[in-house]
Amino acid sequence: MVNFIHWLVHRLKDAGRDFLLVVVVIAVFQFAVIQQPIPNMDEILFGGLLVLIGLALFVEGLKIGLFPIGEAMAYNFARRNSLFWLLAFAFGLGFSTTVAEPALIAVADEAAKIASAARLLAPGQQSMKEYAYGMRITVALSVGFAIVIGVLRIIKGWPIQYLIIGGYILVMLVTIMAPTEIIGIAYDSGGITTSTITVPLVTAMGIGLATSIRGRNPMIDGFGLIAFASLTPMIFVMAYGIMVFGIK
Amino acid sequence: MNTINLLIDTFLNTIIDIAPIVILIVFFQIFILKNTLPRPKRLILGIFFVIIGITLFLVGLEKALFPIGKLMATQLSAPEFLFGTKEVPLSSNWTAYGWLYLFGALIGFATTIAEPALIAVAFKAHQVSHGLISEIHLRLAVALGVAIGIALGCFRIVTGTSLVLYIVVGYGIVIIQTWFAPKSIISLAYDSGGVTTSTVTVPLVTALGIGLSTTVPGRNPSIDGFGLIAFASLFPIITVMGYAQLAAWKVRNKKITSHNL
Repeated sequence: MVNFIHWLVHRLKDAGRDFLLVVVVIAVFQFAVIQQPIPNMDEILFGGLLVLIGLALFVEGLKIGLFPIGEAMAYNFARRNSLFWLLAFAFGLGFSTTVAEPALIAVADEAAKIASAARLLAPGQQSMKEYAYGMRITVALSVGFAIVIGVLRIIKGWPIQYLIIGGYILVMLVTIMAPTEIIGIAYDSGGITTSTITVPLVTAMGIGLATSIRGRNPMIDGFGLIAFASLTPMIFVMAYGIMVFGIK
Repeated sequence: MNTINLLIDTFLNTIIDIAPIVILIVFFQIFILKNTLPRPKRLILGIFFVIIGITLFLVGLEKALFPIGKLMATQLSAPEFLFGTKEVPLSSNWTAYGWLYLFGALIGFATTIAEPALIAVAFKAHQVSHGLISEIHLRLAVALGVAIGIALGCFRIVTGTSLVLYIVVGYGIVIIQTWFAPKSIISLAYDSGGVTTSTVTVPLVTALGIGLSTTVPGRNPSIDGFGLIAFASLFPIITVMGYAQLAAWKVRNKKITSHNL
């Protein structure tokens, strides 16, 4: 029990340190720049406490849950030595964690509104719904594809920079052809696809693979999966825009 | 919505979020890999911690940070605050939005430090590099990148310059830096672009982008409001590689000095 309390205090202190800066920035701007008192102080204090406990639990859960699972899966796949199933798992992981991502659903709905306002879609709720759904599937496919490419890279030992820079060049080429209304959303969609649960799991898997395959260095080869998952949605979403609206 | 409802709602959403992952892992473990994971009880406890942790974290953010953060973003970008009038004066130029760039940079910096996904990646990077990469240094480097990205992104919305132009220049810098940066940092740097924009940062930055593009005359919030996230994902790549280059340069310098002695 004493140990537990000691552990909890320690974790809460860490979480508090992580959040201190946010509190300082908000307080300084509220008092010095906007010059208004902070509303609902008790709500904020209560919420702040939840944030700290939540962050502490999450970090602990990472260390005893998500990281070990990701690494163990990677070892098991490496031992079983079946490239097909590993890639199938990689695709499934990318696709399934993205398709239901709340941030993505919000952006897809917003994108449908924009397209509808610009009269790019047939009028009516139905066409907006279909468009938003199509975008979600597109982004989920792109993330699945990204994890597959990323895992292949780790296995084959391809240097990451050529793939990523090649990807950037592709982004630029597709941008030239893509309709204006889709570009901002496409660029942002790269950043929002990787959620708080996916990132640790995918990172642990990459490092696990790079550790268990002979000749790979976990530092050089283990990271990079997230990078692909932030790059491919841009290309796929713009391609989706071109498919739906035609070339600019 | 009251707190209890919000808690239950968030809890269920988190479960829905994590369910496909759990199903996928269990399916592959039982049918394809046909073995068990080590210490299953501990792993289940860990998943349980993650679900409860994210639930409390999100509810807490919804109660404490998001209302005031979004309100501030809106207030700071409103013409009443910036110019003291209901309308944006015709004579105003990009310098009139000074407080907003500062707020964007600072809030981007602060929320990035608190971002759980980045905490996870920094922890792993520290472990894998055998302590060579310091967790807090990496997080500071990423946060600096986000700060620059958001401030510049706000400037772009105010001036109405093309998003593509900035992205092309940014990628150009990344490509050049990649040639010179230490090999071992490259994949981590590329990753740090994607992990920065997550739970804490995105809602606040989005509010800032929409508020700003509503205020500035001639901007369309549904088109110009986008792009801040893209900036916040691009510049950390540059700062993280910069951090590694600086560290490598320091080590080299030290060696030269000790040779001279």
